[in-house]
Order: sequence, then C-alpha cells, then structure tokens
Amino acid sequence: MEIDQHKCVACSNCVPICPMGAIYIDPARNRATVNLDECVECFTCHRGMSKEHLNPTLVRTIRGFLKLLRVRFEPEPDVCPTDALAPQDITWPRIVRRAFSDPLVPHESTGVHGRGTEEVKTNDVTGRVSQGEAGFTIEFGRPGVGVWFRDIEKMTRALATLPIAFEKKNPVFSLMSDPATGTIREDILNEKVLSAILELKTPLEHVPQILQVVEEVAPTLETIVSIGVSTRCDAQGGNLLESLLKSEGYVVYRGKTNLGLGRRSATATT
Amino acid sequence: MTNTLHRFGAPETLQDDYIVFAIAARGINDADAPAKLREFLRLALKHHPINFGNALKGGLYRASESLTPFAHWRRKDAVDPEEVVKSIDTCSVVAAVFDQPADLEAFLVDLRKADLGISINISSLTDEARACCQRAGITRHSVSFSLGFHGDLNLLPDRHVLELSTMCGHGMVSHNLAKKMTDLVREGRRTPRQAAICMARFCTCGVFNPSRAVRILEEARVGR
Repeated sequence: MEIDQHKCVACSNCVPICPMGAIYIDPARNRATVNLDECVECFTCHRGMSKEHLNPTLVRTIRGFLKLLRVRFEPEPDVCPTDALAPQDITWPRIVRRAFSDPLVPHESTGVHGRGTEEVKTNDVTGRVSQGEAGFTIEFGRPGVGVWFRDIEKMTRALATLPIAFEKKNPVFSLMSDPATGTIREDILNEKVLSAILELKTPLEHVPQILQVVEEVAPTLETIVSIGVSTRCDAQGGNLLESLLKSEGYVVYRGKTNLGLGRRSATATT
Repeated sequence: MTNTLHRFGAPETLQDDYIVFAIAARGINDADAPAKLREFLRLALKHHPINFGNALKGGLYRASESLTPFAHWRRKDAVDPEEVVKSIDTCSVVAAVFDQPADLEAFLVDLRKADLGISINISSLTDEARACCQRAGITRHSVSFSLGFHGDLNLLPDRHVLELSTMCGHGMVSHNLAKKMTDLVREGRRTPRQAAICMARFCTCGVFNPSRAVRILEEARVGR
C-alpha cells in the first residue's frame, strides 16, 4: 500500500487504522507514509476507511488556518478526506503478504478466503478429525502482531519431528518445500503477514506432547501463537479432549461448536 | 471462522457474545450454497441479530466509498439488511451475531427445521453453546477449543483494547484504533455506541459484536 503524496493532507486518520502500525506522518514532508517493510498488504486502510473526495489544497488551507487559531479539528476517525490511499502492484514474493493478510483474497491452494482454512468448521461433511483424534490450528501473528515466515518455519520444523500429520489443504503447507522436515520455501522467509494458520492432526494421546513443543518454541518467536484444538464428539455430544486439556492445566471455556447439520450433496466431487 | 475462535475475555465477559456462521465445504456441498446462505441470513434476521455479514462483501456496518463532509452530521450507521443478503452470489461464509441466548436458541430451532444441509457452527462459550443446542434438539458434532495466546505476551496491549480488537480475528480492528476509540470515549468526545460502530465498520465478516463493545467501552471509561 502506498499513500498518494499529492493527495495526502496529513490528517493522520489512517495512522491508528493500520494493524501493523506501519503508517506514520513523515515530519520532513508532512505527509502520511507507509513503512513497506512492516506493511502486510492487508488493505485495512484502503477498504476499511470511508472516503471523501475533497480538494487537497483546500483541505490543507483550512487545516492550516484552524491550526493557527489552535482550534481542534475533530473529523470522523475512519475517513480519508482526499481518497489518498493507493494500492500498488505487488509481485512475488510480496504477494504472499496480501494472500495471508487480506481476508477478501482467496488462497490459491485451498480456494478459501481469510486464512484459507476450513478446519473443524466443515468436519461434519469432511470428516477431517475423528473421535480419538485432535486437530490443531496453530496460528501465528494473531492478535494484531504479525509474523515473518522465518518464525513460522521454526515452529513447523519443531513439529515435523513429532507424530503428527500436517493438513495438506492448508496455505502454509502449500508453501513448504519439504513437509517431512517442516521446511518452508526460502524465497518467502522474509515476508511478513498479519497471521497464518498451520493445521495438523494427531491421536489424542499425543496432544500433551504437541502442546509442550508449541509452548517451548512460542517464546523464541517474535510473535504470538494462538492455539486451537478440536475433536469429533460422541453420539451424546461429549468428548475426551476437554478433560485431557484440563488435566494438562489449560483453562477451556470458549470455542466453536459444529452442529452437525451439514451433509454431502449429490453432486460432491471430493 | 477461526477469526472468531480467540476472542479475548473472561467467561463472564463473553455471555453476550454468540456468533453463528454457515459454511459450505469445497467440492462437497458448495454447488448450490449461495441460495442456502441467503436463507440462513433471512432466518437469522427474524431473531434480532446485532450484526451479520457476508465474508466476501461485508457486514451490516461498512465503509462508504463516497462520503461528503455533510455525512459527519447525518451518517448512516448500517446498510439495509437486505443488501447484505442479496450480496451473497457465490460460495462464502456468512455469520450472524447475537447477544441473547434466547435469540440464539430460537434461531437454532429454525435452522434445524430448515435443514439447509450446509455446516453450521456456533462460536461462543462452549458450555452455553452445548446447552442451547440441547434445548433446540441438536447434538453437537465436533468442538474446537481456544487455548489462548502463547509466546511473548509483552507484545499484547491492555485488557480493554484486546477485548475490543480480538472481536475481529482477521485483525482488521487494530489495537491502535481500539485504543483511540477507548480514549475518545473516556474524553467524552464519542459515545460508546459511536465508537463501537466505528470499529465494526472495519470487520468485513460482520462478526464484531457492537453490544459487547459498548459494554467494554463503558467499563473502560470509568476505569473498571
């Protein structure tokens, strides 16, 4: 993302909007500027801010006059008065940033928008996770911290040594050059994204081992790791995972519940 | 909708937060999904959702491409609900947010009767969701638990900011925006409702909970 320097009036409304804190007012030019190294191409500023189409010279003049009078100008906080946010053409490998950070862009590997994963949300028709199994969603960069792929690789390499199976219909998996060792392709390691989800599956008895490794590696990363664990319930809606997690010392009270109302259509192709 | 899994807050602060979403699986039941997703939202609208949306086209609260300065005094909060429903023209994820368990339960009863055949999930306190399902005659199929945030927690902001910003798990509500809105409310320059709607406009999926945000902002205002 870039900011049109001819249009920008340095109102600074876009500064707090950026999830990565990558927008700042450059004091030398008195214009908003994007730190492209930190920008993850999430398009939050461009899509989330409402736009006016005012004349920049007029707005600068009015703002300058009010500033002289020490009058506080209090605009709507989510408006760009001159439509100055300007998406740039991005190419590989930077395009990875947008694929993982802009929830409106579908992942080529899965065709799914957002972080590109279906996980347990469609477990009633995919059967991804069975009774006696646990499905993990290990998410990097969330909430609002961001993550470099070089940090994600530290975790994928550690997890690849354990008795797990990475989910193949997953955008992070699609970027692994060697899934057996958890190695991620080298040309994207220095790309930053808002967040990315790694999915894996394991028998329930290995859950404590997986959690231990994630807990050990997480503090070595320059990001936050969010953990989700899922399982298939029994005929009464009960499950063994919850008590297992509690016995490991985790406080478990919030999550997602799949109601089991889905069914395969007659035209299913997979 | 992993974007709703890790909403931050103690259990007692999550009792007005129920997100129900519908999703079709690629290649399995997505062929005729748009009509079913529209039906899902129309059923939801009967039960007083406080927000809802189509993940590909936006929610009830959204940005405008062509505001004028006059909009500062007469800006519309939300779009026409039917506009959101009609925007579903391809396979997507649609969601509705409720702040009352009774509304959720009534919606679940309708969903069960409608038999849409696509996957329906509730993101909320898991015990509350299970109880609502049982009262609606539904036995849950699968469950996913949030184990929270791990690693260098110094990277995270304070509690009120985190409670607000994690209501968009895609990260579209930045910590800095949540902090700014909290400060504007504390300074008396915006009402909690105005601040909540401002943040909701950034959540493209329509899963931001304005009722909960108002409550959090009221608490933050008095330093609770």
